[in-house]
Amino acid sequence: MQDTSLNYFELFNLPATFSVDSQLLDNNYRKLQSQAHPDRFVTASPAERMQSMQMATLANDAYQTLKHPLFRARYLLQLSGIDTGEENNTAMPADFLMLQMEWRETIEDARNAKDINALDKLLGEIAQNANSLQQTLKIALDENKDLALAADTVRKLSFIEKLREDVTQSIEKLEN
Amino acid sequence: MALLQIAEPGMSTAPHQHRLAVGIDLGTTNSLVASMISGLNTVLEDASGRSLLPSVVHYQSNKQIDVGYDALAQQNQDPANTISSVKRFMGRGLEDITDKVHMPYRFIDTPGMVQIETRAGIKSPVEISAEILKVLKERAEKSLGGELTGAVITVPAYFDDAQRQATKDAAQLAGINVLRLLNEPTAAAVAYGLDNAVEGTYVIYDLGGGTFDISVLRLTKGIFEVLATNGDSALGGDDFDRAIFNWVLQESKLSQLNAEESRSLLTQARAAKECLSDHEEAHIKLALSHGKMISLALSRANFVDLTQPLVSKTLAPTRKALRDASLSIEDVTGIVMVGGATRMPHVRQAVADYFKQQPLINLDPDKVVALGAAIQANTLVGNRNEADLLLLDVVPLSLGLETMGGLVEKIIPRNATLPVARAQDFTTFKDGQTAMSIHVLQGERDLVSDCRSLAKFELRGIPPMAAGAARIRVTLQVDADGLLSVTAREQTTGVESNILVKPSYGLSEEQITHMLQTSFSTAKQDKEARALREAQVDAQRLIEAISAALEQDGHLLDAQELDQIKQPLEALKSLAQDADAIVKAIDVLNEATQAFAARRMDASIKQAFAGQDLNSLQL
Repeated sequence: MQDTSLNYFELFNLPATFSVDSQLLDNNYRKLQSQAHPDRFVTASPAERMQSMQMATLANDAYQTLKHPLFRARYLLQLSGIDTGEENNTAMPADFLMLQMEWRETIEDARNAKDINALDKLLGEIAQNANSLQQTLKIALDENKDLALAADTVRKLSFIEKLREDVTQSIEKLEN
Repeated sequence: MALLQIAEPGMSTAPHQHRLAVGIDLGTTNSLVASMISGLNTVLEDASGRSLLPSVVHYQSNKQIDVGYDALAQQNQDPANTISSVKRFMGRGLEDITDKVHMPYRFIDTPGMVQIETRAGIKSPVEISAEILKVLKERAEKSLGGELTGAVITVPAYFDDAQRQATKDAAQLAGINVLRLLNEPTAAAVAYGLDNAVEGTYVIYDLGGGTFDISVLRLTKGIFEVLATNGDSALGGDDFDRAIFNWVLQESKLSQLNAEESRSLLTQARAAKECLSDHEEAHIKLALSHGKMISLALSRANFVDLTQPLVSKTLAPTRKALRDASLSIEDVTGIVMVGGATRMPHVRQAVADYFKQQPLINLDPDKVVALGAAIQANTLVGNRNEADLLLLDVVPLSLGLETMGGLVEKIIPRNATLPVARAQDFTTFKDGQTAMSIHVLQGERDLVSDCRSLAKFELRGIPPMAAGAARIRVTLQVDADGLLSVTAREQTTGVESNILVKPSYGLSEEQITHMLQTSFSTAKQDKEARALREAQVDAQRLIEAISAALEQDGHLLDAQELDQIKQPLEALKSLAQDADAIVKAIDVLNEATQAFAARRMDASIKQAFAGQDLNSLQL
């Protein structure tokens, strides 16, 4: 797919750091799509339509990657040659696992009690936790270049994102 | 006397041929065609000044086909041969169609898509829709005075791949060049947003005759970004008619109506529904075949009670779309109402109650989709200054592949921005396995049986290896029309299999070609003339596109490179009457321009950020 040698940061003319100016990312994404989107090439030659399709697809993929903190951190590590290996490496510190178990129990209880408010409250707690992990990532990646810590943090954040999805799905089910 | 032409302010003054392009709203109940004429967005009318074309097709006994009001007039007399709401059958199998016992049609259970037996033979929903599109195309060419370059055709945002493909097939069958399939709520947002120059987050609530869509969009400076979409592709105004219909049956203790009575009562039910938007009470009178008369009065309050479950059914997708966009109702700048069914006061009220603000109803809910499509069509063919309108739409339903145990592995999540491509690697289960079957599904559920099957195909010729050693990369790609294509490739050997997702739903290319041939003429020389005409049109388009590209960016090439494009370009220009030679020359020219196309794309990307240094962050 990728026919360009640019990495995602270069594609949007941004420095390769965990902290991103999201306004600028949004603007540069739109600028890029204004040039590259297939809607600009409806009457163009097949070769140009193909180019446009590939570039617009790449831009969408890159934008999603840079927009979400978890994906962005994972991508930055990947650029440094580090695979976070979330599928295989599931070892977590004990305190983190304890918290996970507590949350899982809360979800279970709330589901059984059909308590949407409790789930909403949990979402807030999860978001807070995710924020502090993002703070850790910022320091580890942009300041201390502590890539091992960053990789551990990405694995934790990935756990939390899955949990967040489960909570949202439970809320959806209760609402229906 | 020829009038002098003056360009619209802001439009290019360079000599440029104005291309005829239209927007078509192919609706469940009514269809429309609109176009930008001298800068004015206009819904095109028929000879009697009517802008709506009822989406009804009547197959007469003398082999003639009526479409629109004439067909509608036949509906009660000849229900079995008069097809209405055909949009509900597009890309659907017989098992998908609810309420078919009340429908006067002779359905035929064909794999993939249901068909209907009429006196003119067995018709697929694609062919029936094509009849409607042909009439709109004719209307447009008559009003605009020339051949259409192409059309933007709208589809419900929640249409899945099978339904979209069926719509595109219908257009092809009607001889329409489809510039783009555009989601109806996005089209409405364009018409509304550009007219009102608004910015912010808007929700489009689109309740049509047979489909419900909800789309959440962010509008910024001419860019329409769909954040999330949801809906129900089998919920619409028709269901409100059906609720009244069932109420009448219940009240009059009737169980069985014949086809004519059924059709007649449905017509009355629709009239009652429309009447209740402005009146407190509606009357329903029905003469039964055995002489009995039924006469009932339905109050608005009673109607609201009957249909409250339908209104509530629209709110669940609304909540989901907002959640997917990570927004709450306080973030919503405005709600735009689209579709004839939003004329019902209790629908408007429910929306106002939910969002805690009055929805916007200052647009004609029947016309806004076609008008938005016309704006987009005009932009796509290049009549309009480009830089100011861009639509970024999304995939409505997740796409995935079947894995072990009847489970679906999601590859492309719902609400991913188009175009999008994602790959997933799979491996073999047994030693020496040489083939793998790939099953593509669409939907949100985990089980294969709960999702819509889009295609099944086999990748063969995998070299025998130990279980788990092969790397089969399956790539799903969804283009800007929302249409899916799938590629599978064994990574170590490069064995490849490409398909456009058509087999299980929709028509094959051969079927379309066959229909096109039989619907026009079967004489050999006519076929040849048609092939030549098509090749000439393709050649003309390519010559225009490449000449324009060379004029704009020829400086990106050195003399030798320029020559390598100009030679096959001139060669193509010199051909006139030999279809095969033209097709070959097109291929040669296409091949010769690959590198130029890549270089132009790079240049335009660089230009996007011209003057912008690598941005440093202020931390």
